[in-house]
Amino acid sequence: MIRLEKRPQSSHTWSMATPLVAVLATMIFGGALFGILGTNPLTAIRTIFFEPLFGEFAFYYRPQLLVKGAPLVLIAIGLSLGFRAGIWNIGAEGQYIIGALVGAGIALAFYPLDAWFVFPLMIIGGAAGGMAWAMIPALLKVRFGTNEILVSLMLVYVAEQFLASMALGLMKNPEGFGFPGSRNLQEYESAHNAELITGTGMHLGVVFALIAVIFAYVLLNRHMLGFQIRLTGDAPRAARFAGVKPARLILFCLGASGALAGLAGLFEVSGPAGQVNIDFNVGYGFTAIIVAFLGRLHPVGILLAGGLMALTYIGGEIAQGQLGLPSAAIQVFQGMLLFFLLALDLLTNYRFRLTRGEVA
Amino acid sequence: MKLNNFLASAAMVLGLATAAVADDKTKVGFVYVGPVGDGGWTYEHNKGRLAVEEEFGDKVETVFVENVAEGPDAERVMTQMALEGADLIFTTSFGYMDPTINVAKKFPNVKFEHATGYKRAANVSTYSARFYEGRAVQGHIAGKMTKSNIVGYIGSFPIPEVIRGINSTYIHAKKVNPDVQFKIVWVYTWFDPAKEADAAKVLIEQGADVVLQHTDSTAPQAAAQEAGNVITFGQASDMGEYAPMPRVSSIIDNWAPYYIARTKAVMDGTWESVDTWDGISTGMVEIGEISDAVPADVKAEALAMVEAIGSGAYNPFTGPLKKQDGSDWLGEGETADDGTLAGMNFYVEGIEGDIPQ
Amino acid sequence: MDLSAINPVLLIASLMVAATPLLLAAIGELVVEKAGVLNLGVEGMMIVGAISGFAISVETGSPYLGFLCAAIGGAVLSLLFVILTQYALANQVASGLALTLFGLGISSLMGQSYVGIKPPATGEIWLPILSDLPVIGPIFFQHDPILYFGIALVAAVWVLLKYSRFGLILRAVGENHDAAHALGYKVVRVRTLAILFGGACAGLGGAYISLIRVPQWTEGMTAGVGWIALALVVFASWKPWRALIGAYLFGGITVLQLNLQAAGVAIPVEYLAMSPYLITILVLVILSADKSSAPAALGRIFHASN
Repeated sequence: MIRLEKRPQSSHTWSMATPLVAVLATMIFGGALFGILGTNPLTAIRTIFFEPLFGEFAFYYRPQLLVKGAPLVLIAIGLSLGFRAGIWNIGAEGQYIIGALVGAGIALAFYPLDAWFVFPLMIIGGAAGGMAWAMIPALLKVRFGTNEILVSLMLVYVAEQFLASMALGLMKNPEGFGFPGSRNLQEYESAHNAELITGTGMHLGVVFALIAVIFAYVLLNRHMLGFQIRLTGDAPRAARFAGVKPARLILFCLGASGALAGLAGLFEVSGPAGQVNIDFNVGYGFTAIIVAFLGRLHPVGILLAGGLMALTYIGGEIAQGQLGLPSAAIQVFQGMLLFFLLALDLLTNYRFRLTRGEVA
Repeated sequence: MKLNNFLASAAMVLGLATAAVADDKTKVGFVYVGPVGDGGWTYEHNKGRLAVEEEFGDKVETVFVENVAEGPDAERVMTQMALEGADLIFTTSFGYMDPTINVAKKFPNVKFEHATGYKRAANVSTYSARFYEGRAVQGHIAGKMTKSNIVGYIGSFPIPEVIRGINSTYIHAKKVNPDVQFKIVWVYTWFDPAKEADAAKVLIEQGADVVLQHTDSTAPQAAAQEAGNVITFGQASDMGEYAPMPRVSSIIDNWAPYYIARTKAVMDGTWESVDTWDGISTGMVEIGEISDAVPADVKAEALAMVEAIGSGAYNPFTGPLKKQDGSDWLGEGETADDGTLAGMNFYVEGIEGDIPQ
Repeated sequence: MDLSAINPVLLIASLMVAATPLLLAAIGELVVEKAGVLNLGVEGMMIVGAISGFAISVETGSPYLGFLCAAIGGAVLSLLFVILTQYALANQVASGLALTLFGLGISSLMGQSYVGIKPPATGEIWLPILSDLPVIGPIFFQHDPILYFGIALVAAVWVLLKYSRFGLILRAVGENHDAAHALGYKVVRVRTLAILFGGACAGLGGAYISLIRVPQWTEGMTAGVGWIALALVVFASWKPWRALIGAYLFGGITVLQLNLQAAGVAIPVEYLAMSPYLITILVLVILSADKSSAPAALGRIFHASN
């Protein structure tokens, strides 16, 4: 019989190897799927994974990886702090929307004033908006003990309705002939989150994402708060004896993840997206949860996972355009990748043992 | 807006290179907001794409990407198409407006066609259809055929496009049936079958025996069929599977002639930036077959109206018309100008209720 | 404004139809959560059920065979979740989200040749005399069999959880899997059964949308019902009958707001659409006094060696 046994400590080798094995497995099964759909599997896989990085037009796609990956990483870093401590904020999508709305609201209020302070104010507003939205589940949990998973999820839908109301009402572009959607902030110099160096995709959101990765790394490894987070996640009881105040930790983790999600929304609305619209949110908040897990809740892992996720999005679009694959096939492919990564993660903390005889 | 010099020059070099290789083939790209299987808006655009392929055969290559979110994703998909040598790109959703303009700036040699927008450039055309012309015909049939004198209307979002349709329908229903009353429900979605079905059921329960929709799924048709004596009209697509009842006619977005003409223009080197707003006359708006459920005389009148609108003899927005608040809009014989129509944000006199703000 | 246009009898009858997919998915998820597992993949299982049921009933002409296969389809997809969370011990939140992503994709691949086709009609149960009664007839006796099945399922789950031995074990597993394991219960087996049941129910709910409520197949047609079902389980505080009431309330708000609009009442649609979620949060706060309602082991990973 094969028996599963917990490793005394998680395997370093496997933690490095599983992502590679998972990607390989996805290539095999995904390739089979593409084959069934009538596309050459090798061409499809090559298009998705290599075209964006080393293809003819990689000079364009590489910066786009930053644009697509930055919000994912920024949000996932925030979420990972809470996840490590067993605090489950799954409403980042809502915090992302609110951050964008507050930031855009500030910009639109000052329009067309040309002043240096508009953008910094928007950054503060975006972070504060996301944080405030995340504070609702945090405070309810601290005060009433409500489940933060559910409250934060509910607030996503509230935020989406709020977004629709803003895009159709208060923030509607007065020069937009009655169509929904706000003014385009790309055309408002003082509020535009432009590329720092043209053609690199490097906007302030990317910089913030990188800073967040470093910050989270230092926090978790060198700081008392980071120690408390890890301890609470691993051994909640021990943490209480060690003097960790759960309420403080909940407020910090949810607040920080909300602020980062809000920032991601702000950088998106003032940069790549440009405007508040009904469908402004495209699921970054939910995808970031997956990214956080793919990255094993480790800052560097999240950075890589965000890049991988962005790669499958962009490679998937190229495969659609070049090979005529339906977008659903790409979705299935992404789903497979996640399944394999999640399933193989097992090998990091457990090992298989051949045993004889009875099984528990 | 900063021009991305590096990208533009690199793209131009590559563009020239690709042009040299695939000189004889014109490459046309399509960006879709929904899945090609939506049975409505995107489905019809994709039919236009297939018509282009059929028309030009080997001389053309078409590519498309579906389910593209409005915003940065759309911008990337368009850039991708342009980089890979597309000569002409159709972007088929209003929300693609700013991305189209942005990408067009970087690729001055690629032609862009943006559906339903209002921003143009030297290499960006806009095109849209005068769906309200078809609505006039539907209004006539609805006014004649309703027995309860209640007409239900499922609106997507309160934007000029939809409001124009409601006004046009109402004016022509009222003309033939002074007692007609409109019940308007906004569902705040272009495509959500379950919600559309609910909306249709609610309207039917409240007495409507005609249900019009400005949403893309066939769910309202199915709801009407189940209810029995209710008539509907196909929207965007013919929805012919519900003929002869409940679907008695339809407005079809027929993009094929336009797509073929514009592709031809690129091939011939005669392409110019234009603002196209076509209706029945050019076939961009098609009236789907009026089924036998419609009495012969009504059908004849409806066809006569199609003819009159198509020939330009009749404009659906011809005065005297007043706005909802009773103020004058168009005098006797006066017709609406395109500017007012494009930004229409008021109901005409007689429609009850407010446009949601 | 003409409120008299709203017929309360028809309103109630149609909100029952609108609520059924929600109810089916929620009652399944309720059992899953009672066993201590949080499966966020409801939306994915629903849409796979919607296309499985649609395809089979179109091919065979039998809506009931369709519903059966929808349940199987949903269960098969949930099997992936079982493998991930019960055997590979992966995180449930991430696995559930992956399941939804996968389900949405695979359903549109499966459904490509079924766009624009009409399914066979399911038909309504028509009881002589009873169905003809005024008021009571339309509300209680003029629906399709699946709607009654949904209500029966609520009763069955209630009995099962409250009075059966299996229900007791299921709840024990959901409250404290280590203790249940120590008592000799097969934690993984119980949870696997619960997840499969949840998948089957979600599949049925999806098929109800594609075969009865709409009825047609279009990509992404469940449009978020699965997520509302998750909210509903919480709203119901994991009690089957409350789930029924909640489903009617949630379904009712949608139908009611459309009715009010049609009657000419100027209502801010977005704000009314928010209300079920805000009410759920409020319910959560009120319930927080009652610590016994939420399964204590919800979302936690179990391994026998722990």
